[in-house]
Amino acid sequence: MTAVEGASAALILGGALSCLLGAIGLLRLPDLPARLQAATKPQTLGLMLVLFGTALLLDTQSAATLLLLVLFQVLTAPVISQLVGRAAYRSEAVDRDALVVDEMAEWMRDAAPGGPDDRGPA
Amino acid sequence: MNPGSGIVSTAIVVAVLLLCAAVLLTVVRLLRGPSTLDRIVALDVFVILIVVAAALYIAYYRDGSNIPLLAAVALIGFVGTVAVARLTVRRERHR
Repeated sequence: MTAVEGASAALILGGALSCLLGAIGLLRLPDLPARLQAATKPQTLGLMLVLFGTALLLDTQSAATLLLLVLFQVLTAPVISQLVGRAAYRSEAVDRDALVVDEMAEWMRDAAPGGPDDRGPA
Repeated sequence: MNPGSGIVSTAIVVAVLLLCAAVLLTVVRLLRGPSTLDRIVALDVFVILIVVAAALYIAYYRDGSNIPLLAAVALIGFVGTVAVARLTVRRERHR
């Protein structure tokens, strides 16, 4: 067993654990924003760790491709989170009384017909 | 390329078991809902878990030729989730 293999095994195990944690959160957390949190952060961390662990075992070119994949995932996870969160807000799936800051309400009020930022039908 | 021996292979086998548990929990959330958005989130997690499983396959066999598969699945997952999330908003608004 070399040091690289040990590090790779640790990364892969940690990544799988993180994925499992995310899935547990997805199942156990009470409402959609909390589940969204569990669905994006631990999952992305788990994917990152597993891909890093895999990259350690492969040649340089494959490892570089895997790093690109990590970058892609880090870029897209917030986009999905934002889109689904917005959709949840619009379809009233978010408990607004539980929010500390509610910028979307101000934005929706200003962009409503007759409001100061009304840009016509979207 | 010697699958089935060493600390990495053991770690990968354990990781696959953990991943199976994660997939089961995700499928429970997928079936339970309750809203469409919950199912979308669960499906997105499901796709990420598929990518992780494919990465474990690559690590087990030390075979880099399947990496494009990872990219394809990740891309489809992203595009699908975004599309369905947007369509859901539109439908809920017209209701």
